[in-house]
Amino acid sequence: MSEFFSNPAVTWTLLTTGGILLVVIWVLLSLAFLLLADRKIWAGVQMRKGPNVVGPFGLLQSFADFFKFVLKEIIIPSGADKVVFILAPLLSLILAFVGWAAVPFAPGWVVSNINVGILYLLAMSSLGVYGIIMGGWASNSKYPFLGALRSAAQMVSYEVSIGLIIITVILLAGSMNLSTIVEQQSGWIWNWNVFGGGLKNLILLPVMVVAMGMFYISALAETNRPPFDLPEAESELVAGYQVEYSSTPYLLFMVAEYSNIVLMCAMMSVLFFGGWNPGFPTDFMASWPVFWANLLLSIVFFAKICFWFFMIAMAKAIVPRYRYDQLMRLGWKVFLPTSLVLVVLVAAWRVFGPGA
Amino acid sequence: MPLQAIAFYLMAFTTLAAGLLVVSAKNPVHSVLFLITAFFSAAGLFVLLGAEFLAMLLIVVYVGAVAVLFLFVVMMLDIDFEALRDGFAQYLPIGGLVAGVLTLEMIFVAATVATNGAAGKNASPMASPEGISNTEAIGRVLYTDYIFFFQLAGLVLLVAMIGAIVLTLRHKPGVKRQDISRQVARSPKTGMELVQIKPGEGISE
Repeated sequence: MSEFFSNPAVTWTLLTTGGILLVVIWVLLSLAFLLLADRKIWAGVQMRKGPNVVGPFGLLQSFADFFKFVLKEIIIPSGADKVVFILAPLLSLILAFVGWAAVPFAPGWVVSNINVGILYLLAMSSLGVYGIIMGGWASNSKYPFLGALRSAAQMVSYEVSIGLIIITVILLAGSMNLSTIVEQQSGWIWNWNVFGGGLKNLILLPVMVVAMGMFYISALAETNRPPFDLPEAESELVAGYQVEYSSTPYLLFMVAEYSNIVLMCAMMSVLFFGGWNPGFPTDFMASWPVFWANLLLSIVFFAKICFWFFMIAMAKAIVPRYRYDQLMRLGWKVFLPTSLVLVVLVAAWRVFGPGA
Repeated sequence: MPLQAIAFYLMAFTTLAAGLLVVSAKNPVHSVLFLITAFFSAAGLFVLLGAEFLAMLLIVVYVGAVAVLFLFVVMMLDIDFEALRDGFAQYLPIGGLVAGVLTLEMIFVAATVATNGAAGKNASPMASPEGISNTEAIGRVLYTDYIFFFQLAGLVLLVAMIGAIVLTLRHKPGVKRQDISRQVARSPKTGMELVQIKPGEGISE
């Protein structure tokens, strides 16, 4: 038996599986409370109380909702393509969770420290559109189909500007490894990429602030959040691609959507706001036990994620929905040229600036 | 090694099976979905070869953008599935010819591999020769030795893009378009008119 466990392949498999389970459980648990926070913030802006019945302050509301979803009957429309209909929410959920594999939570705390981590995140978030398209098509109904078409066009459009903004960060950091990108932003707060990544690059501050703002707005569009929730605009499309879904498949879609939102918040923190770095040198932690130091740093990272989630929840509460042609205009005629200019500016600074 | 071997056979099998199902599936939407599966497992094979940059680009470009548009178009087609199989006998000879040529080529390749060994005589054509990442390796080759071809490919894409725009952009005369700057520049002065109406008279145009 001990021989079996000393086999490196077996150890690797067990350790990785344990890491994956830990991340998935962490994400699911925090989703339960972030979902509640979303509703509470929304309610607070509208001067309501929000869910406050189940548990203290309504803290257990998400769990009550979970049981309600799971215990309902799954209804599959008779004209639906059954396999694709069931596959779509599953695919959405899986793709929403695999992205977390490359996110570094603290120094060394990452499931897969791949060299092209940032591209991997982009790839996985670009695949998320398939769950929506497949769900909309398989429902065999008009509103879901229209919602699916809208989301396909919308997500493909905004991926382009997200990709270009990510290129500015790659140029600044000179690496596509997410852990390296975070480590480069260690030290004082001006080392964060949103400030240009170091005092010598401070001139890039306006460029990176614009990039960060555009990334935030594109993230809203990419995750189908208000004000860009046109795929599920209830005033025109009832609920878009989700119309025919009930019970657990609907729950999977919703969890996937929220997981994608939180992943985008994590991406914002990693790319622009220093990931696990608290904004001041952490040298005094050098003598601490690694586990406790890392735990503290991951809490810093989590606080940043919560901040960006708050910003996204506020956007839902205070911004009216865009019209579809305005959405497309913003994506292709404003964001694409602007992000191209940003890439050129950062590249020029990297080649001709003092850091070259 | 066994883990890599398992992963390789799993993904190679998925690629082949999905490729087979692309041509044999009756519903074109299912065909596209299987095509996506094939792309995805091909990207997995790239990762196994150590070419992770290419793998991610394959997913971002082909699966994330091109195949989405494929699916988009195929989903909107109004297809009679029975009519699709009508021309089977008619297209059989030419289809058989193409299949025969492809089979012959595959046999030649297999025979070459059997005699010379896979990947030819180059012992290690793989990534990261001196500790540089394969993104860097591709960049170094692409922007030095092959810079003209690279720029040429970019130009071809640019021409194709402009061509697509020229073919589809039509300015119809009677269409109302939204001019955002004009909308934003509107003030109460230019945008509305205050009218004093005497009782019992109404407004005359």
